[in-house]
Amino acid sequence: MKFTWTEEQRAFADSLESLLAASDTVGVARAWAEDDTAPGLALWSRLAEQGVNALMVAEDAGGMGATGVELVIAFEALGRHAVPGPWVESAAYLPVALGTEALAGELAEGAIASVAVAPHVPHALDADLAAHVFFVDAGQASVATIGERLHSVDNTRRLFRVSSGAPTALSGDLEAAFDTAALATAAQLLGAGERLLADAVAYVKQRRQFGREIGSYQAIKHQLADVRIALDFARPLINGAALSLGSADATRDVAAAKAFTAEAAYRASRVALQVHGAIGYTRELDLSLWIVKVRALVTAWGTPAHHRGQVLDALVRAGA
Amino acid sequence: MDLDLSPSELEFQAEARAWLAANVPAEPLPSMDTAEGWVLHQEWEKKLTDARYSVVSWPTEYHGREASLIEWVVFEEEYYRAGAPGRVSQNGIFLLAPIIFEHGTKEQQDRFLPTMASGERVWAQCWSEPEAGSDLASLRSTATRDEARGGWVLNGQKTWSSRASFAHWGFGLFRSDPTAARHAGLTYFLFPLDAEGITVRPIAQLDGEAGFAEVFFEDVFVPDADVLGAPGDGWRVAMSTAGNERGLSLRSPGRFCAAADRLVDLWRAHGDAQPQTRDAVVDAWIRAQAYRLYTWGTVTRLAGGGDMGAAGSVNKVFWSELDVALHETGLDLLGAEAELESRWTDGYIFSLSGPIYAGTNEIQRNIVAERILGLPREAKGAGK
Repeated sequence: MKFTWTEEQRAFADSLESLLAASDTVGVARAWAEDDTAPGLALWSRLAEQGVNALMVAEDAGGMGATGVELVIAFEALGRHAVPGPWVESAAYLPVALGTEALAGELAEGAIASVAVAPHVPHALDADLAAHVFFVDAGQASVATIGERLHSVDNTRRLFRVSSGAPTALSGDLEAAFDTAALATAAQLLGAGERLLADAVAYVKQRRQFGREIGSYQAIKHQLADVRIALDFARPLINGAALSLGSADATRDVAAAKAFTAEAAYRASRVALQVHGAIGYTRELDLSLWIVKVRALVTAWGTPAHHRGQVLDALVRAGA
Repeated sequence: MDLDLSPSELEFQAEARAWLAANVPAEPLPSMDTAEGWVLHQEWEKKLTDARYSVVSWPTEYHGREASLIEWVVFEEEYYRAGAPGRVSQNGIFLLAPIIFEHGTKEQQDRFLPTMASGERVWAQCWSEPEAGSDLASLRSTATRDEARGGWVLNGQKTWSSRASFAHWGFGLFRSDPTAARHAGLTYFLFPLDAEGITVRPIAQLDGEAGFAEVFFEDVFVPDADVLGAPGDGWRVAMSTAGNERGLSLRSPGRFCAAADRLVDLWRAHGDAQPQTRDAVVDAWIRAQAYRLYTWGTVTRLAGGGDMGAAGSVNKVFWSELDVALHETGLDLLGAEAELESRWTDGYIFSLSGPIYAGTNEIQRNIVAERILGLPREAKGAGK
């Protein structure tokens, strides 16, 4: 029983953190939103060199066959730094869905792919940049036909309408792939929530009104304390679900982590905006990237209602 | 990272589970805050002690079995899963014992710990005063030096003293140096509640039972042998995070996991009639699971030599709000029948005290904001 990172896992987290902290990810994300994708694609390659894209690809297919713990370490970092691109699609869902197919090996090397999974993931992220775009409906996969560009509340999420095209086979476990993607999304939400809290705390320590820092007022303190508490309890749910991937409880545990973390991160976004006041309501402030991203991720890869339903189904079944 | 129990931990778990299955009373005991229930709860503590399950993490010489922190959490999970009775001795075991282990003399440990473990001597806390609640350091009850008799004379009034209506001994802070600043000049005392000069007046709680009491002190003599820690050092002694290595300042997740499982059972029976409770049922279960996993993270940290820090405050806000939400949802599931007395109404009334006792949740949020987030302390009120 050691419910904490190993030395290797900590080193992996540290190396991603130092890479991303030095990569002007805010600039990358803002450019991505304006369709200037070159900086983002360069960052994609650097992260692929660090092994992020290979984590969930089976060793037989040329990947690392890493555990869910490494997955959530990587996606928390991506969320904390608002890294744009079809990461969940290329590095979480498809590596599992493809199983040992050759394409999985390409993904491990850094190929860009995207996917829509009806009904929970109706649109495909960055379909115009992806070498491979799939559409999965009722367990049936096809090569997607790409339609019009759609506009997300998070403008770094470049969504495209897709429809089913020529049937194709995804030989991996599609349910496990969805669990993996939902867990990766939950980890992104955790990272985003932590970033929002950190920015909010830094702001209320220096902003002064009525002659003192606003962070000394209980009305501010208690809101931020509640965010700290919510995120502190989201993290063990995510780590527990990461350990549970591949087990009979995986869907239940991932669903619990996603539903809870979505609420915690959303609370972080609302509180961060509120304690910033009007400056927080500007596009110019970097905080805006995370505020809208959290709202988009709350419903991405399964709405809270869907995930709560998954948990309840599992519990009721277990007692039947 | 893993959540796996070792073979010896699994063996301990199986042993505890089997013993509890064979020994937990089939029917819940009457409330421990009634004369009848008190006796039955003390008898249960005796039974636990004979099987060395009352204080598993304590040293063998004090009825323990030197269980590790992990085994302690495992035992607590099994205990509540089995629906075993509430612990009448918990104020002593969880609040006082860690202080005695850390600050008590060997003589005090030998004298107080065995009967605390066995439930023969039940302890009541005497912290709050009528004018000292959240602002505990403003307490006014006094201790005056009596050099001739070799001790101290206590005067004043304590209130909201849990278990004091039936308990045998009490523990609390008194102002031994009236000239010292607020937190200085306090001393930690232990005293029999039937001592000359002590009057205990039970207070009916929200449920009508005498779960706490007022305690009046009129020239009560306490010998030096019953001072815990050094005179004048009481605040530091009381606030020390002592005993973490024994898990005693953790709040067992077992209770909430067991209650969440019962809530899911209730949903199976009544969910069709109360479909609007669905999200609340799921959220209660998820939060209990989060609490369980969070505790394993804390245990890992403590086992690695880390300390609780202010995490106890994060914990306390979370479990106390979870407990209320869980029981509110249970009552919602029972529909129009919910008001009738049941395990759910009992649990609900009990849960309402959680956000208040052991430091209100407002105080806990201040601690989280100041000690974990590093926010500036609030300017003190202009009251004085």
